[in-house]
Amino acid sequence: MLELRNISYTVDGEKDIINDVSLKVEDAKFIVITGPNGSGKSTLAKIIAGIVTPTSGQILFDGQDITKMSITDRAKLGISFAFQQPVRFKGVTVKDLINLASGENLSTADACQYLSEVGLCARDYIDREVNASLSGGELKRIEIATIMARKTRISVFDEPEAGIDIWSFKNLIDVFEKIHNEIKGSIIIISHQERILNIADEIVVLANGIVASRGTKEEIMPALLEQAEMAYSGCQYYREEE
Amino acid sequence: MNDDIRDILLAEVADLHKVPVGAYNIRLNSQLDGRNSTKNIEIVGKTDKSGIDIIIKPNTKNESVHIPALVTHAGVHDLVYNDFYVGENAEILIVAGCGIHNDGSQNSEHNGIHRFFLGKNSRVKYVEKHIGTGEGTGERIINPQTVIEAEEGSYIELETTQLKGVDSTIRTTKAHAKAGAKVVVKEKILTHGKQFAETRFEIDMDGDDSSVSLVSRSVAKDDSKQKFVSIINGNARCIGHSECDAIIMDNAVVTAVPEITANNVEASLIHEAAIGKIAGEQIIKLMTLGLTEQEAEAQIVNGFLK
Repeated sequence: MLELRNISYTVDGEKDIINDVSLKVEDAKFIVITGPNGSGKSTLAKIIAGIVTPTSGQILFDGQDITKMSITDRAKLGISFAFQQPVRFKGVTVKDLINLASGENLSTADACQYLSEVGLCARDYIDREVNASLSGGELKRIEIATIMARKTRISVFDEPEAGIDIWSFKNLIDVFEKIHNEIKGSIIIISHQERILNIADEIVVLANGIVASRGTKEEIMPALLEQAEMAYSGCQYYREEE
Repeated sequence: MNDDIRDILLAEVADLHKVPVGAYNIRLNSQLDGRNSTKNIEIVGKTDKSGIDIIIKPNTKNESVHIPALVTHAGVHDLVYNDFYVGENAEILIVAGCGIHNDGSQNSEHNGIHRFFLGKNSRVKYVEKHIGTGEGTGERIINPQTVIEAEEGSYIELETTQLKGVDSTIRTTKAHAKAGAKVVVKEKILTHGKQFAETRFEIDMDGDDSSVSLVSRSVAKDDSKQKFVSIINGNARCIGHSECDAIIMDNAVVTAVPEITANNVEASLIHEAAIGKIAGEQIIKLMTLGLTEQEAEAQIVNGFLK
């Protein structure tokens, strides 16, 4: 179980990005963290991965205090993080990245399997460099494939839907369900997407760095959608036409 | 001992673990160590100075020639002239390279001057690795000079690699490309410690539809210094592209000096140069996959120079 206890993060000693957030993520749970832009969602995700160090508070993993633990050690312990804007590398191939993620030298067939899962024709991508020749959407899917290859207890995705427009949402959701069912890991997704919110066990709404509300989708969704419709032109929650 | 070093260097610079198949010339401490000519490839020693002529018959296909040069001790100052005469329509792989092992306090150096005379429509792939080994305080110095005369329709690809142990290198490559000739250079350099590496290209595209592509990828670590100079002159209807991409680390210094001159309105020339440190987010991404910071850095550098 992952537990955040009274996590705060302040910039320059003034602005509270995260303000006393406490959150428990039980094993094998599917949590979606949502909220308006600037509410602190991405920062919270980075705090879990160790990329951002909280100003105060504790992070516990199975009761062990990991607040001061490095990104590397957290990764080894079983925490994965998918970047909102995946990183490009000159010279590092898609296969290199999947091998590094899986921690072993996979056969090309096994490595390709992960790409197929995210809807990329594996043969066309496996030997390509993860460089500027790939589109944002392609990078995003490769990023998700690396998280699948890691098979860790906790997978954190920072806005995985961004840039995925050409690939159907249904496939993205299938991927999350597969990770959830096969790896039996906990999934934490930062998202605005209604369809992703719909498959969550629990929705946490952040606003101005605090937990504004949390509960099941039945408890949370109606209020979110109402807000979305009220502010239709600048809405945060995308309701797709069925 | 010297034989062991010789074998290790041979494996490193030319991927040779035994006597190579086909034509070869092995130079060891300025002396001939082994030579073989074949029906299509004749290797003859020069009479007026140190070095060899490699004469490749027209229409030779799918053959290779290995010409490694090795220095296994301190105080050697080797100077060699190798001339390649590539016949029309020939297609050939040339594996060169130089390894210097220096356990002593005196400098050892190898200066190789290679000239390529490419016949019409010939194709050459030239692969060269430079390494330095040994624990001595004497420097390992390699200064290669390459001159290319590319006849109509010929093609040459130079793939050069220097990844460790060479303290000082100044590499000069000059080429003249006639109509339809193409010159491709892929260079990889890693310097560390107090090493210095300079590569200088002077390419003239003299014939219509000639082209050149220079791609240099380098990593400069510690207190090392690198300089990349590329001079491309488009004297006809031609396409020229040079690209210098460097990762800089620690206290290293990297200079890129591009000079492209269009002497013809139909010349199309591009130069790209980028020098920068490893992006912090690249390290972080690899750390989230379980690599330590050092492992992440090594992965990025190895990938970049792969």
